[in-house]
Amino acid sequence: MNLWSALDPSQLINLTILVPLIGAAAVVLLAKHPNWREAASITTAVILFTLVLAITEHTFNQVPMAVVWGSTLPNINIAFAVEPLGVLFALVASFLWIITTIYAIGYMRSHKERKQTRFFLCFALALSTVMAICFSANLLTLFIFYELLTLSTYPLVTHANTEAAKRGGRVYLGILLGTSVAFLLFAMVGTWVTAGTLDFTPGGVFNDTHSKGMVALLLVLFCYGIGKAALMPFHRWLPAAMVAPTPVSALLHAVAVVKAGVFSILKVVIYIFGIDNLGQIVTADLMLYIAAATVLLASCVAMTKDNLKARLAYSTVSQLSYIIVGALLATSVAAAGASLHIVTHAVGKITLFFCAGAIMVACHKKNISEMVGLGRQMPLTMIAFAIGAISIIGLPPMAGTWSKWYLVVGALEADKLIIVVVLTISSLLNVAYLLPLPIKAFFNRPGEKQPPWSWSEVNEAPLLILIALAVTTSACIALFFNPQPVIELINLIPGVSTEITR
Amino acid sequence: MNFIIDYYNYWVVVFLMMAGFYTVIAANNLVKKIVGLNIFQTSVFILYISMGKVTGGSAPIVADGITVYSNPLPHVLILTAIVVGVATTAVGLAIVVRIKHAYGTVEENEFKDKDDLI
Amino acid sequence: MFGQHFLILPVVLPLMAAPLCIIFSHRLFAWLLATLVSGLSFVISINLLLAALEQGVLSYAVGGWEAPWGIEVRLDAASAMVLSVVTGISTLVLIYAKASIETEIDTNQHTLFYTAHLLCLTGLSGILSTGDAFNLFVFLEISSLATYTLVSLASDKRCLTAAFRYLVMGTIGATFILIGVGMMYMQTGTLNMMDLAGRIAEIGGSRTLNTGLAFILVGVSIKLALFPLHMWLPPAYTHAPSAVSAFLASTATKVAVYVMVRFIFTIYGAEYVFHTMGMDLILLLLAIVAIFKCSFMAMAQSNVKTVLAYSSVAQIGYMILGISLASAAGLMAGLLHVFNHALMKGALFMAVGAVLYRTGSVDIKAFRGLGIKMPFTMAAFVIAGMSIVGVPLTAGFVSKWYLVTAALEQQNWLVAFLILLGSLLAVIYIFRIIETAYLKKPIESAANKDIKEAPLIMLIPMWILALANIYFGLDTSLSVAAAESASHWLAFSTLSEGGVQ
Repeated sequence: MNLWSALDPSQLINLTILVPLIGAAAVVLLAKHPNWREAASITTAVILFTLVLAITEHTFNQVPMAVVWGSTLPNINIAFAVEPLGVLFALVASFLWIITTIYAIGYMRSHKERKQTRFFLCFALALSTVMAICFSANLLTLFIFYELLTLSTYPLVTHANTEAAKRGGRVYLGILLGTSVAFLLFAMVGTWVTAGTLDFTPGGVFNDTHSKGMVALLLVLFCYGIGKAALMPFHRWLPAAMVAPTPVSALLHAVAVVKAGVFSILKVVIYIFGIDNLGQIVTADLMLYIAAATVLLASCVAMTKDNLKARLAYSTVSQLSYIIVGALLATSVAAAGASLHIVTHAVGKITLFFCAGAIMVACHKKNISEMVGLGRQMPLTMIAFAIGAISIIGLPPMAGTWSKWYLVVGALEADKLIIVVVLTISSLLNVAYLLPLPIKAFFNRPGEKQPPWSWSEVNEAPLLILIALAVTTSACIALFFNPQPVIELINLIPGVSTEITR
Repeated sequence: MNFIIDYYNYWVVVFLMMAGFYTVIAANNLVKKIVGLNIFQTSVFILYISMGKVTGGSAPIVADGITVYSNPLPHVLILTAIVVGVATTAVGLAIVVRIKHAYGTVEENEFKDKDDLI
Repeated sequence: MFGQHFLILPVVLPLMAAPLCIIFSHRLFAWLLATLVSGLSFVISINLLLAALEQGVLSYAVGGWEAPWGIEVRLDAASAMVLSVVTGISTLVLIYAKASIETEIDTNQHTLFYTAHLLCLTGLSGILSTGDAFNLFVFLEISSLATYTLVSLASDKRCLTAAFRYLVMGTIGATFILIGVGMMYMQTGTLNMMDLAGRIAEIGGSRTLNTGLAFILVGVSIKLALFPLHMWLPPAYTHAPSAVSAFLASTATKVAVYVMVRFIFTIYGAEYVFHTMGMDLILLLLAIVAIFKCSFMAMAQSNVKTVLAYSSVAQIGYMILGISLASAAGLMAGLLHVFNHALMKGALFMAVGAVLYRTGSVDIKAFRGLGIKMPFTMAAFVIAGMSIVGVPLTAGFVSKWYLVTAALEQQNWLVAFLILLGSLLAVIYIFRIIETAYLKKPIESAANKDIKEAPLIMLIPMWILALANIYFGLDTSLSVAAAESASHWLAFSTLSEGGVQ
């Protein structure tokens, strides 16, 4: 099973960061031969996934893995270390990268997008930075690659090179760089000055000797500084970034970028503040309610959007805040639910985005109102959409059930009934904005007022796209019936457990 | 009254300085600005020279029977400063000549483009 | 053979070479000589910096006259560090200038350019190495006079009015410094900096000294373009030849910052200036206003050189802010930014100069589509721009890190927050240009068709600086050690770690 057993485990970390870079170089070199270029992309993705699998195996065997690249600032190294939460995120990102690459090839080719080399290049670069974020051993390393992720995805957002893309890019860069520079860097220096260390330490770096007000302020700064988590009111970049080609939206804005955000928040909560100490921080409740409000508000906004991708974007904003809620509930079960939600939401949401892209390729429709009756022409796509939607809503037999379950249990354990109510209402709202599309697609006939084009011209999406859809939908289902490996991994995170303590 | 008389050299310096400064700010003609700048600098030269004077002291030449000398160092310094001042004036006037060639005027209010105002 | 005389060489070499350029009046010869001399000075200054880091202070009595009677040449870590920056940038700019001035300066004035550049270098090196307050004034004027000439060399006639304005403001500033030095002399009877420091500490302050300090601070503030005395800088940098802008932006104002640091920390003593006189608050306020006002001004400009000029004033605000924190950490952050900012602004102005060389314009419209047509130039611009913004792994991030840390060490949350907010404004004005270059379609015209990459001789120095931005963002050991040691030597007894209480 372990292809990489010959290597020193710690070297695997370097490889996960380097392999996508080598892949990026290969993509550039093979720019003239699209088939080989795509082959290089897929090979890189597969190699990366096997690497992450090897790291996972070592993690289960409790093999410590760490590398230090050197120091940029005195006493703070650029260093990487493997811990279970990072492994979880790395698994999700690298697995979905393979699928997205397959999907992107189908999408980009049938859509005849321009500058495909630049697209695959930036894609690989982004993945490299995501891997570095996954395994970063201290805040500075996390911050550096967090910023690089923003910059490497900027060309992807502005890929279309239209006025709208430029505007989207401006909002994207403005909010993400803005929050990270103004708040995250500030919080990081604050942590450095207060605690004297930036290393991710199980149980947190703050203790009773540190001023309570300072720590409380830092929590707020971290929550807003990690703008990729799209906590309201700094969520505008996510809908704005939807001008990107659909594969970008799918991987980066349903998985890599936004999950890098919530992953950073989880990591900060678990390893900088410590779940046990979180309860004593006065602002934790404040941020919890802001996140809960984001859950509801974003769901409401999503209902008003007719553009499918915009609706999915707001749905993502709402779902990300589930994870923040889970992190801030300050119980081990809620944190486990939050970690699990990273996985389940990723597979669910990427399915939905893939469907949006498939519709885009097949009949160039962006708005939900134009998709009435589409189920007859694209049954497979619509079934996949329904499965993804049910998973996001959190109904059996789909993966989303488990994460919502643990989140609710965590909320009950923390005696926060209001959060339970919020989660329930939000699930209902999810039903209200996600299910109408498949229902209308299958059960309604196309209306009289349809524009002058005929449904019969529309066929199912290209094969590569359907393959990608099949994989993600089966993952949605498989994770419901067998979530055990993921849960075991989550239970390895210090202070996080699916065991109910009371 | 003593306040004025005792420090009369400083009053001269202050008057010259402000007169020069005012000219630099208010003059419309670029050459006059340079003249103002010169007066401004000269006032500082006088400040230096007058502070070297020691009451009752003679010229700083070693001679029998003289024990109190004026301080020669400020005078030496100011020689250098005068050279600097002359050089500045030369560069300034050279630029004014080129402005006259380029714009056809050295009157500030005759520049057409607002960006060119000094 | 030279031994101790090494100390004076960075001043003497360019001074000797300058007349040779005029006498032989041969363009290629002048270029070679100037570059060679400047390069030699750079090598010497690096050696001096290493020696200063090791020994602390290097001293040399000019003409064999011991201080305080003779003129002392005195280098410590701070001055050696800035000296290395100045001579290094000067060498790169001279290499770059060979091509750059072809289109921007009249052919028969090329030798004059090299002469004036060398004289300016003489003045700047002199300021950095002298240990005598009056001498400092003289060197300041040597460099300033050469600078006025350099600015007025451009073929655009607006450079003349800019140079004249610069001359008037600069001379007033220099005269203020002269008055201040005179007042110090009146009170103490000495001009040697070390002597001055000792006697001022003995006297402990008087009205004459206070007035002198006020005059000096205002005078130096004009020279370093501290808001609101910066009005000369934007037109001068905009209309000067690009090579001159690149050189001045990364050296002249930096040396003026050094002069301010020297007067505040070595001569008067931080305790006296900040605590007794309360200058820290004034400087802090001015610095913050400079950061915000001038960043906003930079956003509104259409001429890219003006954007960079206003950005310079804003960045000077950061340096002064570091100094005004009145702690060893703040001083160190300020000095570090002096070093890092020289790298970024030098690269940026060089990139803009290359655009001017190829397109004949520095208006933001001329940048449309250049991302494809001049990929290397624009890539260097992006790297240096990221450094201004303070993206991690660039030199700019390191300075920002230390500035924020220094502010937070004093629990100065508001200032730390304002520093970061200010750097967000840099995001806006830099990305406006980058976006134009990469995302806007070029204007189709006959002249635009054959724009190609800048010549190699411009690209190489530009890329050396751009890569230096990354290098000093990754490996901070040299720059941080130099700045740390510099702040230590400047602030030796007057500052404790936590700042003035």
